Amino acid sequence: MKARAPRVRVLAALRVWQRNATVYKRTWKLNILPNFFEPFLYLLGMGLGLGAYITEMEGIPYIEFIAPGLLISSIMWGATLETTYNVFVKMNFDRIYDGILSTPVNPKDLALGELFWGATRGSIYGGAFLSILFVFGMGLHWGILLIFPLLFIIGFMFATIGLIFTSMIKEIELFNYFFTLFLTPLFLFSGIFFPMSQLPETVQIIAWFTPLYHGVELSRGIFNQIWSIHLMWHFLWMIVVTYLNTYLVLKAIHRRLYT
Amino acid sequence: MANASSIIQAQGLTKIYGKLKAVAGIDFQIEPGTCYGFLGPNGAGKTTVMRMIYCVTPLTSGTLTVNGLNVIENMSGVKRGIGVVTQDDSLDYDLNVLNNLLVYARYYDLSRAQAVRRADELIEFFQLSEKRMENVRTLSGGMKRRLQIARALINKPSILILDEPSTGLDPQARHHVWAKCHELIEQGVTLLLTTHYMDEAEQLCDQLAVMDRGHIVTEGSPWDLIKSEVSPSVVEIRGEANQRQIILEAVQDRIDFHEALSDRLLLYTPDANPLHAHIQAMEIPVKTLLSRRSSLEDVFLKLTGRELID
Repeated sequence: MKARAPRVRVLAALRVWQRNATVYKRTWKLNILPNFFEPFLYLLGMGLGLGAYITEMEGIPYIEFIAPGLLISSIMWGATLETTYNVFVKMNFDRIYDGILSTPVNPKDLALGELFWGATRGSIYGGAFLSILFVFGMGLHWGILLIFPLLFIIGFMFATIGLIFTSMIKEIELFNYFFTLFLTPLFLFSGIFFPMSQLPETVQIIAWFTPLYHGVELSRGIFNQIWSIHLMWHFLWMIVVTYLNTYLVLKAIHRRLYT
Repeated sequence: MANASSIIQAQGLTKIYGKLKAVAGIDFQIEPGTCYGFLGPNGAGKTTVMRMIYCVTPLTSGTLTVNGLNVIENMSGVKRGIGVVTQDDSLDYDLNVLNNLLVYARYYDLSRAQAVRRADELIEFFQLSEKRMENVRTLSGGMKRRLQIARALINKPSILILDEPSTGLDPQARHHVWAKCHELIEQGVTLLLTTHYMDEAEQLCDQLAVMDRGHIVTEGSPWDLIKSEVSPSVVEIRGEANQRQIILEAVQDRIDFHEALSDRLLLYTPDANPLHAHIQAMEIPVKTLLSRRSSLEDVFLKLTGRELID
């Protein structure tokens, strides 16, 4: 009985997104505050503290060098938290998915809905971060409008990465490996705190295959208005990877939940 | 075998998990507007049959149609016509009673106005009005089960699936759930339930499939099953093994058949009274001696050699 999995339906996915939004609406005021404190602390601690010793990096003030990258990393944390821990709990402990899947919503619709929601949470993290950067006077030019769609696209990319990992594991403890051995190295070695050109060439080659690096480069280009063709390649890299990830993860979730 | 009027039809329905044959090629058909039950002990394959009907488990082989739709080819279509109450509570604990219903209504693409109207009807029907805006956490076990049934009915399904509807409920809550089930049958909803309680099966079901180890061992109305499979009454004896042995030997020619369990001896007979009197006259000091009507439990015991609740 190997029938093809039914096609994913965007409307059904949006129903799942709406469910999460309804839950979030109840507690968003409590939820959103840390998203504003975090960039404050980073900019104060690293920009002012570290910035006292490193005044300039590649010709720009250090605080302005790190801010665009930190913005992207906050999207990464927000989106992956959603599609790792939160999805795992809904799938295995709270039985939320048992309820949803007995309605016309199918596993692929459910997975796409969670990706939309992960992207939304990532955008909320990123949006809060961005608003603080504006307060600090950074990125106040028309070109910055390009960053808004990027918040969602980069959020979506990291949501797929988190969900791929979630679809593979059976024990919640394994997320520690994902965060410590995958996301933390990305955070440290994707060019947020120092230019990649300082690293050995092999590391630079490896970095090219990782997602955060492209987001950071794109964001820094937009913030500092360095319009080069490279921005296009970084963007395309993320679109292609996000598309492939989505294709794979919808299949994986279907296999996981239709047994 | 196939009958055009049936609302659910299964032929050669099979589910294999690794080496375990959870459902071993069963056939059944369910008529609209009736209550059909799967009776059997835990692990008999009842829940797996339900899961295949509401499209969360693929079939290994066989065919299964619901409302004329194939469960493999048209998952969403099949699910649109079914309401499901799962065995473990799958309510949304992040939401209140009303929002549990409204969020669910969205999955069926009901408009906001339709959803609110339907939710309020159901809240009233299941007597949850006082808890309308309360978090699900504050509900009693019986209320949670009623809310789950209410939620399953949000899209006015023609079929309601109840997997162990009264497991874990106190007697009063069980009767409340049963009363609501009767009302739903009167409204024309087809009920499909699994249970390992024979009283539940007798109370609710027009038609029963008795399941054991992935097979349907017999099928019929509760009363027909009792009539055709076992004698009308039973004398039940608890006592030491040798006492039971003596009694069995003494009454061998007065009974239709017997079941010797680890702790009890069951003697099946058309009329329990004379047999009961006869055993009493033997003056053997057994722990208990009682007579009763035969039940579905006895049917199951006879067909499988095992008890329903182990």
